[in-house]
Amino acid sequence: MHRYIIKRILFMIPTILGVMFIVFVLMRVLPGDAVEIRYAEEGTFVSEEMLVQERARLGLDQPIWHQFVKWIWGIVRLDFGISMWTGRPITHEIKIRLELSLQVALMATFFATLIAIPLGTMAALKQDTWVDYVIRIFSIAGLATPSFWLGILMILMLLIYFKWLPPMFFTSLWKDPGANLSQLIWPALAVGYRYSATATRMTRSSVLEVMREDYIRTARAKGLWEKIVITRHALKNAMLPVITVIGLEFAFLIGGLVVTEQVFNLNGIGKLFVQSIAQRDYTMTQTLVLLVAITFIVVNFVVDILYAWLDPRIRYQ
Amino acid sequence: MRKGNDLNIARLIVGAALITILALAFTPATMRAEEPVYGGTLTFAVAKDPPSYDGHRETTFAMIHPVAPHYSILLKFDQENYPKILGDVAESWKISEDGLTYTFKIRKGIKFHDGKTLLTARDIKATYDKIIFPPEGVSSARKGSYAMVKSVEAPSDDTVVFHLKWPSPSFLANLASPWNFIYNGDILAKDPHWYEKNIMGTGPFKFVEHVPGSHWVAKRNEDYFMKGRPYLDGYRAIFIKSTSARVAAVRSGRALIEFRGFSPAGRDDIVKAQGDKIKVQEGPWICYLSVAVNNTRYPFDDPRVRRALTLALDRWEASKTLSKIAIIKYVGGILRPGSEYAATEEELTQIAGFSKDIEASRKEARRLLKEAGVEEGSKFTFKNRDLPMPYEPMGIFMVDQWRKIGLDVELKVEETGPFFGDRKKGDFDMIMDWECGFMDEPDLQLYKFLSHGVSGSNYSRYKDPVLDELYEKQARAKTKEERRKLIRTFEKRVLDEQAYTFPTLWWFKINPHWAKVRGWNQLPSHYLNQDLRDVWLAEK
Repeated sequence: MHRYIIKRILFMIPTILGVMFIVFVLMRVLPGDAVEIRYAEEGTFVSEEMLVQERARLGLDQPIWHQFVKWIWGIVRLDFGISMWTGRPITHEIKIRLELSLQVALMATFFATLIAIPLGTMAALKQDTWVDYVIRIFSIAGLATPSFWLGILMILMLLIYFKWLPPMFFTSLWKDPGANLSQLIWPALAVGYRYSATATRMTRSSVLEVMREDYIRTARAKGLWEKIVITRHALKNAMLPVITVIGLEFAFLIGGLVVTEQVFNLNGIGKLFVQSIAQRDYTMTQTLVLLVAITFIVVNFVVDILYAWLDPRIRYQ
Repeated sequence: MRKGNDLNIARLIVGAALITILALAFTPATMRAEEPVYGGTLTFAVAKDPPSYDGHRETTFAMIHPVAPHYSILLKFDQENYPKILGDVAESWKISEDGLTYTFKIRKGIKFHDGKTLLTARDIKATYDKIIFPPEGVSSARKGSYAMVKSVEAPSDDTVVFHLKWPSPSFLANLASPWNFIYNGDILAKDPHWYEKNIMGTGPFKFVEHVPGSHWVAKRNEDYFMKGRPYLDGYRAIFIKSTSARVAAVRSGRALIEFRGFSPAGRDDIVKAQGDKIKVQEGPWICYLSVAVNNTRYPFDDPRVRRALTLALDRWEASKTLSKIAIIKYVGGILRPGSEYAATEEELTQIAGFSKDIEASRKEARRLLKEAGVEEGSKFTFKNRDLPMPYEPMGIFMVDQWRKIGLDVELKVEETGPFFGDRKKGDFDMIMDWECGFMDEPDLQLYKFLSHGVSGSNYSRYKDPVLDELYEKQARAKTKEERRKLIRTFEKRVLDEQAYTFPTLWWFKINPHWAKVRGWNQLPSHYLNQDLRDVWLAEK
C-alpha cells in the first residue's frame, strides 16, 4: 500500500509541471496584457512612457523564458508572487475568497451526498416502481436545471414571498454562523441539487449492477438479512464510481462556480478566476489554474486511495 | 386716536404673523429649503474593485468612487455651478499678471486622518511634485497635463506657488482634477509607493476596511476641516461586476445609488419597481463614441473615402432613436456639446456628416466613393467591443448606415484583450473608439487628435503637423475668443477637411437613485463630485 501511495505521489509532479507550462504559454498567447487593459479601458489618455514603465514594473519587459523560470522558482519557494492587477500578494487575494468557495463546495457536497446515496439506492432497490420513477424524474430535472437558473428562481422566490434577500457580504462561519449560513445555504442548495442528480443517477446504476453480482446472490443464499446484504455487501461495492463522481464534482466546485457566484454576488474563486483572465493578470491566473489542478490531482489521489481501501484487489494490481 | 392707530398696527402685525404661519404650514415640504439630516450609511454599487488606491496612478472610476472621499484636493468643481471652481484645501488664490505664477493660500488646521499631523503647503508641494515630476519608478497618469509647470514651491506652511513655463488657460481647471489627492509629504518621502496600498488623507471620511471583490467601508472624519460636514456616519461601496445585478441592487434598495449610471432600460426597471421613491438625474456626459479609421490602409488613406464614411451617418436621427435604448444622445464635435468651447449647432452642421440633410450627405458620400474608385458593395470590417452598453447598439447602427452608401461592412465583435491589441497594432479597417474626460477642457480633449506618435491614443494612425501646431497655439491662447477660433479651425481640419476620425454621438448620464439620497448633484463626468462631503440621507 505504501509503495502504491508513493508511486501516485511521484506521478503528480510531471502532471503539475505540465499544467504550469501549458497555462503559462496559453496566457502569453492571449492578445493584450494587464497594463494595456488597465489603462485603455477607461478611454482616458495615458502616455506610452507610462505604459512602458508599468510593464517594466511588472516584469513584462523581460524575456518569456525569464518570466517562466522566475515564476517556477517562486512556486518552489512557495512564493506565488503579487497580482499584476492589484499589486497585493496572490496568497492574500486567494485567501479572502477560498474560505467562501471551500464552504460552498463542502456544503453542496454534503447536500448532494445526503440526497444522492439514499435516493439512488432506493431507486435501484425499487426498480421500475413508482418510487423509482419519481426519483428518476427528480434527478433528471436536476441534470437539466442549470444551477444559476435555480439560483435566480430562489432569489426571486425569497424576494416575492418573504420580502427578504440573502446578505451581500461574506461573514465567516466562525464569526457569525447565522449570517454565514443565510448567505451561503442558497448557492449550496442550488449547486447541490444538480450535483446530487449526477450522483443519484450514478448510485442507482451502480447499485443495480452490484445487486446482480454472484456474491450478492451468495449472501442472500446464506440467509443474511436483506439489510446486511445491501449495506455491507452491495453498497460498499457500489460506492466506487459514486466516490469518483463526488470527488471530481467537489474539485470542480472550487473554481467552477463562476455563474452561480455571479447570481448570488459571491466573492469566490470562480469570480476571481474569470476576472483575472479578463484582466490578463498572468500571475493570478497561473496560480489559480495551479490551485485547481492541484485540487483535482489531490482529489483523484484521495479517490484512488479510497478505491484501494474499498477494493483490496486494486492494491495488488 | 393714537390708541386706535396702535390697535390697528397690532392687528396688522398679528394678521401678518398668522398669514405667515399658515403659509408655511401649507407650503409643500419640497418647496422649503431642506435641513440636512446627520447620520446613516450610504451604500452604493461600483462595477469593479480599485486596482490600487493611488489616484495619481489610476485612471478608473472604480478607484475614484470608493477612495475619493478619503482625500482633499487643492481645488474642486462646484457641484451647484459646474464648471465654476472652488477652493478645497485652498482658501484663496491669485494669478500674476503675466499668467506665469499661481499663488495659493492653504487653509490652516487641516488634520490628516491620524488625528495628529497637520496639512501644510509642503504636503501639497510633495503631492504635485509626485504628479508632475514623478521620481524614477513611480507612475503618474496625468503628468502630461502639467507640461506647462516649471516648478512648485512652498515658501511657507500656508502658501504654495506654481511657476509656469507659459501662460495656460487650462492650468487652474487642471488643479481641480479629482485624481490629485493630497498626500502626506513625509510618507511620500519615505516611500512614494505607500499610497498604492494604504489610505491617509484629510478628506471627509476615514478608511475602515476593504475586502477585495466584496466591499469598501468608511466612517465619518470627526476632524474634517469643514465644520458641520460630512453629514453621513459613513459609506459602504459594494463591488458588483454584473450590470443586471447592480440594477437589481439599486432596485431592491440594497444599494441606494450607482454613481456611474445605468442604461435607459435599467432606469425604467428601477423606476417601475420603486416609483416615486426613486429620483432620476439625467444629463450630458464628457464621453463619446467615435470611429477610428485606419489612415494607413487602402482605401482609407484617401480623405475622400474617410469623408464618405462620416457623411453616411445620420447622427440627428440616431440621437432620437438610440437614446431610447442606449446611453448615447448628443450630437457633437470634438468637444462636448454645450461646453464652453464646443461648436454651436450652426457651426456643427457645416461639418461633413453633421448636416441635417442626410439625403444630400449620402449623395455626396456616394459621389466621393465613386471618385476615389471604391466600388459599390466593397467589403470592409468594423471592429467593435463585446460590451452591450453603448458599444453594441452603436456598432449595429453604423454598419447599417454604411450600407446605405453602398458599402458592405462586416461588424466584427471582439473581446477586450484582442480588441485593444488590434486597435493598438492598427490591425483594422475601422474600429470603435471612445474618450472620457473628467472636465470640459480642450487641452485634454484635443490631445487625442494629435499626430500618431505624439498622442498615444491616436488610433487612426495619421500624422499632421498642422494639427500639432494648432493644438499648441490654442493651449497658449491669450483670450477666449482667440482660443475658440483656433479650436474651430482644429475641429474643421480633423472632422471635415481630412476626416481622419469622427465622433458618432456623445453619451448621456442616467443616475436613478433612491430619493432619500440628497446633496449629490450629477455632473457631466463620473469622475467628479465623489467626495460625498455634502451627501446626506433623508428619512424618506
